[in-house]
Order: sequence, then structure tokens, then C-alpha cells
Amino acid sequence: MTDYRIKGETGEWEVVVGLEVHAQVTSNAKLFSGAATAFGAEPNTQVSLVDAAMPGMLPVPNRECIRQAVRTGMAIDAVINKYSRFDRKNYFYADLPQGYQISQLYHPLVGEGSLTIEPDEKAGIDGEKVIGVERIHVEQDAGKLMHDQHPTMSYVDLNRSGVALMEIVSKPDMRSPAEAGAYLRKLRAILRYVGSCDGNMEEGSMRADVNVSVRKPGDALGTRTETKNVNSVRFVMQAIEYEAQRQVEVLESGGTVDQETRLFNPDSGTTRTMRSKEDAHDYRYFPDPDLLPLELDDAFLDECRASLPELPDAKRARYEAAGISAYNAGVLTAEVENARWFDALLETGAEPKAAANWVTSELFGALNRLGKDIGDCPVTPAQAGELLGLIADGTISGSIAKQVFEIMLETGDGAAKIVEDKGLRQTSDTGAIEAVIAEVLANNPNQLEQYRGGKEALFGFFVGQTMKAMQGKANPQVVNELLKKALSQ
Amino acid sequence: MTDLTNLTVAQIRDGHRAGDFSAVEVAGAFSANVAGAKALNAFIVETPEHALEAAKAADADRAAGTLKPLSGVPIGMKDLFATKGVQTTAASHMLEGFVPRYESTVSQKLWDAGAGMLGKLNLDQFAMGSSNETSWFGNVISPWKRNDGGNAALAPGGSSGGSSAAIAARLCPAATGTDTGGSIRQPAAFTGISGIKPTYGRCSRWGIVAFASSLDQAGPMARDVKDCAIMLETMAGFDPKDATSLDLPVPNWEAALSSDLKGKTVGIPREYRLEGIDPDIDAMWDAGIAMLKDAGAEVVEISLPHTKYALPAYYIIAPAEASSNLARYDGVRYGLRDLPEKAGLQDMYAATRAEGFGPEVKRRIMIGTYVLSAGFYDAYYTQAQKVRTLISRDFSAAFEACDVILAPTAPSAAFGLGEKTADPLAMYLNDVFAVPASLAGLPAMSVPAALNREGLPLGLQIIGKAFDEQGVLNAGLAIEERAGFTARAEKWW
Repeated sequence: MTDYRIKGETGEWEVVVGLEVHAQVTSNAKLFSGAATAFGAEPNTQVSLVDAAMPGMLPVPNRECIRQAVRTGMAIDAVINKYSRFDRKNYFYADLPQGYQISQLYHPLVGEGSLTIEPDEKAGIDGEKVIGVERIHVEQDAGKLMHDQHPTMSYVDLNRSGVALMEIVSKPDMRSPAEAGAYLRKLRAILRYVGSCDGNMEEGSMRADVNVSVRKPGDALGTRTETKNVNSVRFVMQAIEYEAQRQVEVLESGGTVDQETRLFNPDSGTTRTMRSKEDAHDYRYFPDPDLLPLELDDAFLDECRASLPELPDAKRARYEAAGISAYNAGVLTAEVENARWFDALLETGAEPKAAANWVTSELFGALNRLGKDIGDCPVTPAQAGELLGLIADGTISGSIAKQVFEIMLETGDGAAKIVEDKGLRQTSDTGAIEAVIAEVLANNPNQLEQYRGGKEALFGFFVGQTMKAMQGKANPQVVNELLKKALSQ
Repeated sequence: MTDLTNLTVAQIRDGHRAGDFSAVEVAGAFSANVAGAKALNAFIVETPEHALEAAKAADADRAAGTLKPLSGVPIGMKDLFATKGVQTTAASHMLEGFVPRYESTVSQKLWDAGAGMLGKLNLDQFAMGSSNETSWFGNVISPWKRNDGGNAALAPGGSSGGSSAAIAARLCPAATGTDTGGSIRQPAAFTGISGIKPTYGRCSRWGIVAFASSLDQAGPMARDVKDCAIMLETMAGFDPKDATSLDLPVPNWEAALSSDLKGKTVGIPREYRLEGIDPDIDAMWDAGIAMLKDAGAEVVEISLPHTKYALPAYYIIAPAEASSNLARYDGVRYGLRDLPEKAGLQDMYAATRAEGFGPEVKRRIMIGTYVLSAGFYDAYYTQAQKVRTLISRDFSAAFEACDVILAPTAPSAAFGLGEKTADPLAMYLNDVFAVPASLAGLPAMSVPAALNREGLPLGLQIIGKAFDEQGVLNAGLAIEERAGFTARAEKWW
């Protein structure tokens, strides 16, 4: 729950937010044609006769796109409609060769589902919250107009024309920019876990239409505006903040909010009218007669379900059950690549809690410093497992491990080899340690006297001195024991 | 030597195989007829070189012993089928000069079977019309004349009017047609030839310029039933590129042809008896009933109660789909572009479409746009879809009691050019008997059955159960054998 309120002159206002997320389906081919879908290709090199809407060309559904949308639906516990069908949304524009977009208005592939956003005290989300998803349907993307190629003409790139999108429509369940941001991040995480969308907002594979309205708490829903095509989590939050504030000002100055479509300006963080309700298109939706209804059988659904990976919530619960702190579990599961890497590390036999601490502090710290993602991490999970194993079995201490890890990052060598080569193995040789302790006590008579006089906090000082003298290679536990013995004599 | 252009597809195929003549001779004879029949305006593009190449290949295949099903047979191709490297216009100004880089599935199958192409046949613009008077490339003139001593130019029917006229005038032994609401059957009836619209989905729609996707279906037109069977065997078949294509094996229709109808029941739909219809039509129908009885069939009266709603429903559904299907002709990527000085995108659309579409096409786009509009959708489109379902149910119920249905193909014989162009509704009424089978997706064919008192051909229609082209062809054959229809248009062109 969030207590996000806009303070107006007439009192507090509540913001109501719903998101329509367009997520590009990860697939080698388009929704209704065999053309490729790679990002960044030369204009008009990934266009089939179908995508260019040549006379007599027909769409044929790409099973893989349907499968990905079904798997996505399953990942948010949604109703999968065994019967769905495609409708045509008719309008004229140069980026829409057919003169209609094939979409699903009347019978979407996926019905109601939900996802849970995590508490985030800093953002004012003080508990878990379930956000409803109204539906997911699949549809074609349009091409792209390029206005900067010629002084008087616009060019059209049809590479994106016909690419499969999932439109994921939330219920108006969010009550603050932070909740919307958390929803988007969670949704993106799920899509990436499932592998149905790469979630890359910069490349446009995920974008959101943001529906915002305001009301006095407890009142009926206000009139909403829809801000189109916002392409980052931050921009979505900005758009909501701006739009809610604007609506409050309109209402408080005695005006009414127009139901309209708006555009977000990322440079100013503001929105402006794109078209009003009066100019709204009549899309003349009707069932696409080129396509038969989509009917899914149990075998197909079973395969979709069986192919789902462990999802973020389940993974998080498993981590917590293994003793990993809630915070670390959240961090480790937020990005699927991190979670996969961590799972691989656990498979080496690493102790979960220690491994989680090491990954979230040492590994992420190093990657951060190096400006790298887990995807191009110089150390493999197996190598990390070896390093953690050496700590766990007492071969090296935690502080030596840091040194070893640095060397691993630089050289790519294995931990055991580095420990051998550099002679970093920690010693439990009581004779050697006792000799060093004797020396430390002899060199620090003042401290010894104070300690024996009751200042027991100085124990740490003696440990530090001993470890320093042994270049960190002494087994800390043995040092502790022997020191206690020596000091009490 | 006999005139090769009087031969049927079967006779050409078999005669060529037997060595009676060469395929090159056949192609030459038909191409000469084509070249000599400009007055009919049946062809938009003539392609004698295509026919000749296929003929040479056929002769070579014969020498090599590798004959194909249609080796040596030159045909006409309705200009609604995309043909690689050959202008494909749908008889529109919009696509004038458009040369596809791809070949429709149906035409490809015909070429693969050894057939050659004499040319691209004229039609009603975007297959919208029942008289071939909406073509951008001018009217097709039927080879037939009334016996009243007048010289009125008659309609060859539509939309496959080029196909029907060309076959009737012996410009080609067979041709492709497409049938959305009677466009194969009605022109066949008007010109004294045969034509079959198979079950929806039998022939791939891939590469056929779309009119109304849920109704469009390709089929053959030829001089007799056997030729239709032969042609259809090649044209039909599952195509993964058409999501509505039937994934069923293609039967050997020709081999299973039989005019023995013993044990078969023929249904006569009560609702097709129209008040005030031309008595020649009813007389032909009665004669047809007698012929089928003679062939051994039992005849029963049946009821198709929603028949009267079929035409209105058709003229909602077909234009609705057309209004969307034709949106792609926008001047952006191919075909006509009218870009007035300083015009913006919307101006270009408007100018291009105003210039590129004929009046009948515009009328249907507007009707279709209207019936799909917010506020009208349920009253028109949804209602029409319900009617469509009811009509399908009518047929299903009727087929409980019969195997095929016999009815007239059209309510009249060919009319004169210009006689109905001022009254679109009168024109639409021409399809009153043809449209129900289209809405139900059923196989239906027209066979010539009689001449009316003006000396013009009339056709009988046989409608079959889904997938039962065989039953339709067999009943058609029974009529053909008994009607003894040998009349042909006297050459005046």
C-alpha cells in the first residue's frame, strides 16, 4: 500500500494508474510472416511480401509468437483462452502497409492474471501489493517513419512492420509513480525470466501507454488521459507525476480533464495533447477473415507450462528458505541473468548465505567497478565456487579471498592455483602462530597490561597485530584460541 | 485436320499424349484465336510466348516420356491471380502496370502441371461486379447474341467475364475463375459453359488479389464437367501460406466421375422458386429435375428458410471485408500514386484512391466502411454474420435429407451491356441463387442446361456438401449428358 497523495489547494488527491505495456515478443520471425526481426538491421531489409502488404499476400500465424505469449500469461497466473481470434484495426498511415493492424480486441489470447510488487520503503511502498492484469493479446507492430532523411519527404522503414507484440494491459491498480515503476520492473523481470521479451526499453522492445486519472480518496474514478509510447521506467514515473499534477491543477481551477491521448516529452518531463477524444479514430475492428480462430489444445498448453523456468517469486522464496536474507534474495532475483549466475554458483556446492553475501558485495562491487554486466563477467560460477570453497574449508581467510579474487579478475587464473602460486594458504600451524603471538605480546607491553587490567576490548587489537604479522595467512580461529590462551597466562 | 480450338482440355491432353498433334500447334491455334478476338476484349494482356514456351516443354516432355497432367494445355488466367513477371491488375487502374515478383499458388500449380498461359483475362474491377462492366480496361463482350435479329452487346457475366467469354468463343479451352458470390457460376451460365467453385479452402488464396477473404475461392471454368474436374485437381491442395487452406488430400475427381445417380437424393429448395421469374428459368429447372431422376436420383423438396436474407447479408459481409482488404492500395508502395503538388500523406491517399478505384469499387468500400463503423457494426456486420450462420445451418439441415441441391444458377439469361448499370440493386439480384452457397462455403457448379427463347444459354446450379466436389461434379455430368447442350455462339468478332 502506498499513501502517495498530491496536495492540492482543495485537499489531497489520489492518483490512479493503469499501464498498457507493449512488449516485443522474442522470436526469430514476425507474427504473420517469415521475415527476420533483428534489431538495428539496414532499413527495409527484413520485409517479406506479407509485411509490405503486396496484393494477394496472406498472414499465417507464427506458432512461436503465440507460444511465448501463452507462456507469459502462465507466468502471471493468468487465464489462458483456448479460443481466441484476431481482429483487424483499420486506419491509414504510411507505416501501416496493410491499412490495418492485426490485433485481438474481442477474444484475447490471455485473460486475467496478476503480479506482485515488492515492498520498497524508500519509494513509499510499505508492503507487498498485487497488481491485476486485465489481459494480454498479441498484435502486429507498425513500421517506422523517418523524417530526417530528406528535406521534404518522409521515408518508411518496414523492418518492424509485422513484428509480434504482446499488449499487457494492467488494471488501474497502481496508486503512485513508484508503484508503476515497481510494476514495470517486475513485469520486465518476469518477461526476461520467461524469455518472451528481452525487456530492452532503449531499443523499443518494451514501451508503455500510461493511463492516469486523479480523484479525492474514496471518490469514483476520474477521467483518464493516456500518454502514449513512454519508453523507460523513469519516464513512466515522470509522466505520471506530471500528468497527475496537471490534472489536479485543471480540476482545482474549475476545469475538467479531457479524455485524450497525450505525448510525453522526455526532455522536459511533460506531456502534451496528441489528439482529443473527438478526433479519435473509428478503427472499425472486425474479425480478420484471413485467419481462422486460434484454438489451443492441451498438449500445446502442457508444453508451454512445462517449459516455464522458475519465476522470480518462487526463486526468491527458495533463496530465503536457504537462509539468504530477504534483501539479498531480492537483489539476486531482480535480473534473470544474475539469478542464473547465482544458481550456477549454488550448484558448485557453495553455501547459500555465504555465496549470496559474496555475490552481492564482492562480485557486484567488482562488476560495478569494471563497468561490466554479469553477462561478461570475467569469472565463471565454477571459479567463484572454487574460491568460496577455499574460504569454507579454511584454506584461506576472507581477507585473503579478496586478494585472490582481485588476481582472478586480472589473470583469469583459478583460486587454488593463485593460492598455491602466491603462497596464500592460511596456516593453522600452532607452533608458528604461538611464536608470532609471543612476539606481538612482547612488542606491546602497554596494551598487554591494559588488557590484563580488564580492558578486554583490546583482544581485537592483538588479533589484528597477529594477523598482520602473519600477512593474513593465519587461520583466524586458531589465532583466537591461541591468543586467549596466551593472554590468560 | 480438325480445328484444335474446338477440343476440350481432356481431348487436348489425350490427343497430345497420343501424338495426334503437337502442343505447339495447339498453343498456336489458340493464340491465333486470342489475337483475332480483340472485339470481345476478353484479355487484358496476351501472352502467346508463355503458352508457346509451355507447349515446347510439353512436346519435349512427350518425347522424353515425362508428360504432366496438363501438358500441352494452354489456358487463360483471370487477371486476379498474381503472375510473376506479367502485369496483374485486378482490372483496376490502381494496379495498372503492376508486375508481381511472385506467382500465385494456384497459377504455379497449373504451370507445374504443364499448362501454358495464353494471357490475363479481363474481369470486373477487383472482382466486384456481375457483368464485367466495371473493368478499368473496358467491358468484355459476350460472344453470344440474342436471336431477335438485334445486335445488342451482351454481358458475359461477372466477375469472371473474360474467362467465360474466352472459353465460349474458343479462345482457350479452360480458364481460372474466382467466385466470391457467384463470379464463376453466373458467367458460366451466361455463356453456356461449366464452372465450379469448390469448397472454401480447397484452392489456396495466396497470390489472388483479395476481394472478400472469407468468401473468395478460386475454381476452374471450362467447356464441360470433365474438364472442370481435371483443372480442379491441379488447382486444389493444401497451402501452408494460406491460413484458411484446407489440409485435406485432393481426390482424383476425374477418375471417379460417374453420372449414375442411383441411391442419391437431390434436394429442390422451395425458396428458390421466385415470384415472377422468367418462365424459361423455371422450365429449365424442371427439365433438370427430370434429367436427374432419369439418372437414377430421388428428388425431394427441401427448405432453406433463410435464403431471402442471403443477398443482404452478402452485401454487408463482402463489402466490409473489401473495405479493409483494399486499404493497402494507398499509393505508398506500388501501383498508382497520385501526388498532387505540395500534397501531404492524406491528400495523396485521397487523390490516389479517387483516381485508382472505379465507381463500383468505391461504392463497396463506402458500404463496407459504413457497416463496420462504430454505432452501426452490430446492426449490420454482427447481424449479417448471424444470418450467415443461419444459412449454413439451413444447408446442414437440408443435407440431412439430400446429397446435392439443384437450382438455377442465375435468375435470368445474359442481359445487355448497360441495361443494369444504373441500378446496382438490380445488378446485385443476379447473384441471388449463387450467394447462399458462397456464404456457407459449399462447393457449387453451373452447367449449361438449355437455351431460352432468345437463344441464350441458361445454367443449372448444383450445390453440394462441404468437401463433396465429387457429388457436385457427378450430378453436373448427369445433366450434361442429358441436356445435350451443343449450342455455341456464332462467330461475329
